[in-house]
Amino acid sequence: MNFPILSVITFLPFAAAIIMLMMPANRKTEVRGVALATAALDLLLAGWVYLQYLLGHLTGYQFIETYNWLPALGISLKFGVDGMSAPLVLLTGIVMFTGVLISWGDFDEERHLSAGIQDRPREFFAFLFLLAGGVFGVFVSLDLFMLFFFYEIAVFPMYLLISIWGWVKTREYAAMKLTLYLFIGSVVALVGALVMYWTQYQNTGILSFDMIQMESAGFSASFQYIWFLPVFLGFAVLGGIWPFHNWSPDGHVAAPTAVSMFHAGVLMKLGAFAALRVGIMLLPEGAKQWAWLIMIFAGVAVVYGAFIAFVQTDLKYMIGFSSVSHMGLVVLGVSTLNHDGLVGAGVQMFSHGVMTALFFAITGMIYDRSHTRQIPELGGMMKALPFAGFGFIIGGLVSMGMPGFSGFVAEFPIFMGVWGRQWLVAVIASISIIITATYIMIAIRRVFFGPMPEKLEGHISPITALDKIAIFTLCSCMVLIGIFPAVMVPMVETGVENILRLLGGA
Amino acid sequence: MFTPIMFASILPEILILTLAVILLCVEPFWKEDQRRNAGWLTSGGLFLIIIVSLLFGQPGEPTSVFGNMIRFDWLGFFFKILFMFAAAVTALFLMDHEKAGQRGEAYLLLLASLLGMNLMAVSADLIMLYLAIETASIPLYILAGFLLADDRSTEAGFKYLLFGTVTSTVMLYGFSLIFGFAGTTNIYLLSNLFASGQISVALAFSIFALVLVGIGFKIAIVPFQFWAPDVYQGSPTPVAGFLSTASKAAGFAVIVRFFFVAFPDYAPSWTVILAALSAITMTVGNLLAMSQTNIKRLLAYSSIAHAGYALIGVVAFSQLGAASVVFYLAAYIATNLLAFGVVMAFSRVTGLEDITDYAGMSRRSPWLGLMMLAAFLSLAGMPPFGGFVAKVFVFAAGVQAGYTWLIIVGILNSILGVYYYLNTMKYIYLYRMPNEDEENHPIPLTRPYAIALVVLVLGVILVGTVFAPWFSWSNAAALNLF
Repeated sequence: MNFPILSVITFLPFAAAIIMLMMPANRKTEVRGVALATAALDLLLAGWVYLQYLLGHLTGYQFIETYNWLPALGISLKFGVDGMSAPLVLLTGIVMFTGVLISWGDFDEERHLSAGIQDRPREFFAFLFLLAGGVFGVFVSLDLFMLFFFYEIAVFPMYLLISIWGWVKTREYAAMKLTLYLFIGSVVALVGALVMYWTQYQNTGILSFDMIQMESAGFSASFQYIWFLPVFLGFAVLGGIWPFHNWSPDGHVAAPTAVSMFHAGVLMKLGAFAALRVGIMLLPEGAKQWAWLIMIFAGVAVVYGAFIAFVQTDLKYMIGFSSVSHMGLVVLGVSTLNHDGLVGAGVQMFSHGVMTALFFAITGMIYDRSHTRQIPELGGMMKALPFAGFGFIIGGLVSMGMPGFSGFVAEFPIFMGVWGRQWLVAVIASISIIITATYIMIAIRRVFFGPMPEKLEGHISPITALDKIAIFTLCSCMVLIGIFPAVMVPMVETGVENILRLLGGA
Repeated sequence: MFTPIMFASILPEILILTLAVILLCVEPFWKEDQRRNAGWLTSGGLFLIIIVSLLFGQPGEPTSVFGNMIRFDWLGFFFKILFMFAAAVTALFLMDHEKAGQRGEAYLLLLASLLGMNLMAVSADLIMLYLAIETASIPLYILAGFLLADDRSTEAGFKYLLFGTVTSTVMLYGFSLIFGFAGTTNIYLLSNLFASGQISVALAFSIFALVLVGIGFKIAIVPFQFWAPDVYQGSPTPVAGFLSTASKAAGFAVIVRFFFVAFPDYAPSWTVILAALSAITMTVGNLLAMSQTNIKRLLAYSSIAHAGYALIGVVAFSQLGAASVVFYLAAYIATNLLAFGVVMAFSRVTGLEDITDYAGMSRRSPWLGLMMLAAFLSLAGMPPFGGFVAKVFVFAAGVQAGYTWLIIVGILNSILGVYYYLNTMKYIYLYRMPNEDEENHPIPLTRPYAIALVVLVLGVILVGTVFAPWFSWSNAAALNLF
């Protein structure tokens, strides 16, 4: 048997979390060291999987591992990645690694600087890694029961991470709201999954949660019509789909920097990915019937999110609503159910994850130094924090969908796909590009250029080398994909082929 | 005639009785300050009995022994192991209870009650069943009112006694009707009589209702739940933990055996009644739990709600349903004992029981905070703890049986549950103590607590992750019913 690389990627964070909890509370530096080492190792492994898949020109599910967990009910620990999930595994590795770098912390009383996590870092990293392990688990699970198992693991640490280390003003409210939204979504989807499980048993006599098996369960069209919406929307809540997006910006704002990065960068992809894998791939007929509704929801999210982001004055709220808008594009791409739209959605998941993680990281750095996130109260950061400024501008260009960056590679096919389905939606949704460009440019001008307000003068200390590594890592991903789309697009296409096969070549 | 299989069938009970006699003989000779060692004796003895039973007392094919009084099968055996585990852990918790721990009677009563519960799980005859239920209950009445100097404890003891005797009398009336009309007290013969039409449907349902009163009290389902919060709050915390876990599970053991075996033909009708009760129980338990300020009362209402979830498996009336009930109880026993154990460890040192008193606990004692987190997340049904898998199995059984509406009620309720469980965690993790210096005083754990809590945490995580062995045992137990 080959080296069980996907299990190692998934369970490494759990092991690290336990090790960290065993360490004495006052050994903060050692705890951070363990966290960084684990994150780096996980990133390397995830990168290795990605490269193997890409360079080997692999297709279909690869690196499959199967362990019978409860044969009596057909539950198995079945891991594997395809062209859709391999980029997301890599994305999780990147966000985890940069998230640890950002949270390392830099404390200096004289300069009023308290960056990163100073209070109980042991618990913080342990919970963060539980979250990361859950996320890896969802992306690689090919068993529906295990997918739920990891999905729930990825939800509850958010509550603790936000409510303990979050922004004092809104953290309790936001954390509870987020947890309840996500939990409701996931249990609704769970009921759908159980119904699918038993219907499969009735149809085929096979008792199994294996999702590849379930693809040929022969669900009737009326069954799919009824259960598609609960399953798809139940998961899509975590993807921030309109009108169930409300928890998301509040959660972003209240969360500490690394958790915002995880939340917007990875967790929202978790929802979109699970909705795709369980909703669309297992209930393709239902997807075809309801695609119009999903398209409307997504279209509204794209435009509405952009408009709301436009009027925000709080930098984090602005990015939070722009996430709703960009995740709307992902769902819009998915709802087209055609080749272009799905490929765009796949790339957009990765691109948006990296971009938004970068935005939140830089916003966190600015907030730690200036103690404000209000755009009008900021200014002249380019001189004080040039590296962060360049990072933010690159992120902004990606966000606007500028050619040469990953955002273009993702958004262009999405609009192509939507045009192929319903040109009117494409036209309306494209308004968001203009709005996005406007608010991003305004934010860049206000925050990074112009004169620095007097009270900030002298308070802005430079960012650390670790912060620079994080920014560089994130930026290079976006530029690389923008210049060489071949490092990702062909891979996503193999995943899309599989989905189209299930949809019957529609 | 005393055959080896008869010996094997009551091996645990023989050993428990031996242990009780040893305890009774040894304890008077100990000095006052050594008496808590009775806890080591009880708990160690019980763990030894569990091992011996697993080695030598495993049942084979289901058989009826002792003149059809006792059914020797996996269902009873698995429940016995659970009860003995719960009692062993409770004995450890009792040891450092300030007022009850030094008195040998407490351990003796615990063993007596355990003996009754073990027999409840295996009774195949109504007479045996009634005796077993009373043997299990009477020591618990005394234990609930064990702290004579404490008014609340006395009140708890009396309340429990009054409710208990009334409901068990009603149940006894049901049993007497069965004997009067059917002429037999054997549970395994009843189904034929009901099927043959000798007993009218109306009468069968009266019997069902009367018996349900007695058992409903044991498992604290609505509308027989009124005693639970007051009794849990007043009785010594380890006893409350035992009441909410082992005693409840014993009630479920009777429900599963009695209803599944005696009333299979009426199942389509009585499952509807139980489904309604399950929905009401969950909802009432969770809604009332939300407004509690005392942690023991909160746990009391949450345990009412959990009885509702477990009933879903009974309602499903299938092999998977029965297996999921047994699995649910296994996960629930470990989880709830863990929660009560942390409450006990905390109030022993601080003397406080309000939820607000838990502010800053994770800063004082990070490990104790994590244990409470594990217990509450498991109660809320989050992986990787036992509660998640248990809930999914119960829901799966409900969906299979076509009770989708009940599952929807169940998930709505688990959302309520998440809300108040997480709200409690907020005190432990987020809020600070009024006087922040106090956060430097950790909460010391004595050795019995440390052992018991670690065993329980491992149990909760093992049930939730490596669930195959537990499920196959639960399944073996369920197989005996069909």
